[in-house]
Order: sequence, then structure tokens, then C-alpha cells
Amino acid sequence: MQQTQVPASTVRREHHIPGEAGLWLLLFGDMTVFAVLFCVYLNQRGKQLEVFAHSQGTLNRDLGALNTLLLLSSSLLVVLATRAVRGAARRSAPRLLVGAIAFGLGFVAVKVVEYHDKIAMGMTPDVNKFYMYYFVLTGLHLAHLFFGLVVLVVLFTLSRKAELSEGQFVLFEGGACFWHMVDLLWIVIFPLLYLVR
Amino acid sequence: MSSVVRTRATGVWLILVLATSLSWVLGTDHGLSNDGHRMASVAILVVALFKARLVGLYFMDLRNAPAVLRGLFEGYCVAVCAVTISLFLLA
Repeated sequence: MQQTQVPASTVRREHHIPGEAGLWLLLFGDMTVFAVLFCVYLNQRGKQLEVFAHSQGTLNRDLGALNTLLLLSSSLLVVLATRAVRGAARRSAPRLLVGAIAFGLGFVAVKVVEYHDKIAMGMTPDVNKFYMYYFVLTGLHLAHLFFGLVVLVVLFTLSRKAELSEGQFVLFEGGACFWHMVDLLWIVIFPLLYLVR
Repeated sequence: MSSVVRTRATGVWLILVLATSLSWVLGTDHGLSNDGHRMASVAILVVALFKARLVGLYFMDLRNAPAVLRGLFEGYCVAVCAVTISLFLLA
């Protein structure tokens, strides 16, 4: 079967579903699960305000903010890579994706430091509800991030191809959207756990 | 490479970084009263969902998506913003 090549920068972008429609069921499903967890967390916080306020004070806000900047920067590089594979500057796409993966790994490194500090100080999930939700929310997010890193490696492989078929480009866009969702979820988790009191 | 970087997405990224800095400042101890912290927290949640909306519209490219998909996403942002702020204030 002959593959349909993506016309470089002539693709009409209006009323365009990024990735595939089915992917959005997965993304909205994931986002809804996290939204429910946000509500459960806030509900539990309301029952133990003192415990949550004291425990939250032990988190490192600077590291949380640093991780936000790392994911935002990673997401930007994925946007630029997506545009690059679509247009004339496609040779820059692999480098942009390497940068995106590096920022993602930076997030993991910061998280490892945070987890190590917390556990070393005895702040484990069984200490109180705050730490339980802290580890559940950040752990679930980290699992998504690990999967997202695998997706970015796939996108990197795709970006090195001379040409992408329409199906491969849809896959590329969908993978990019998954990575942006990982960023989007952290954008809410960070203020909720670290800043709101 | 420079033409690749000069895009609207880069401008949005700059806004997102500035908004993150604003939230970080608002969320840092600065001698506010209890009411002051509550108002700062509401502002932090509004900024967070505003940032999430920017990521959806400009990074996921939902601003060019069919109205249903864009509407679902915008509805998600508004709903999460409203519910989280309500639960926070009711605590």
C-alpha cells in the first residue's frame, strides 16, 4: 500500500484533532482521575487542616517550582519538534527531542532527591494522610512521566526518518499531546500540594 | 534553528514561566495573615488552571481543534478551577 506523505507546511490546521480522537478518551480519562484525586485531597485537607499545613511546610517549594520549569521547558521543545517534523526544519527535531528527554530526566532526578530527603527524615506515606496523598499524587504522576519518556524516545526515532507517513505523523502528534498532559497535570499538582494552604 | 524557536509557543512558554514564578512568590511565607494566605491560595489555583489552559490551547494545539474537543477541555479547566477553589474555601 502506498503511504500518504504529509505535505510539509500546507496542512490545514483548523478543526484539526491533534493525534487521534480515541487518544483524547484516554487523556480526558486520565485527567478526570487526577481531578477526582485533587478533590479527595482537598476534602481530606479540610478534615485535618493543622496536620496538612504542618506537613506541607516540610516540602521543598523551590524543588517543586524547579520541576515545573523543567516540564514547561520540555513541553516547549516537544512543541517545536512537532512543528519541525511538519515543516522545513525537520532536521532540528531529533535535537529538540533529546533536549525534551533531558529535561524530563531532570524532573526525575529532582524527584529522586525529594523522595530521598522525605524518606530519610521518616516522612513516609504511613505517617499521615498528607504524606500518603503526596506520594500517591506525585507517584502516579511520576509513573505517567516514565511512560511519557518512553513515548518521547519513540518520537525521537520517528523524527530521524526522512519522511513520515500521515499515520506516523498522527502518532507523533498524539505522543506529543500525552507529554503535554504530563506537564499539565504537574501544573495543578505542584500548587495543590506545595503552595495552597 | 533560531526560526524554529521564534514561535507563538515560545511566547506562551515565557508567560507560563512568569506565572510559575508568580505562584511560587505567592506560595512562599511572607508574613501574610490567615485571610491573606487564603486569598493568595485562591489566586494560585486560578493561575494554575490558567496555565493548564494555555498548555492545552497552545502546546496541545487545541485552539485549532473542533469546537467539541476544545469545549470539553475548556470545560475541564473551568470545572477543576471552580471545584478546587470551592473545596479549598469550604475547608
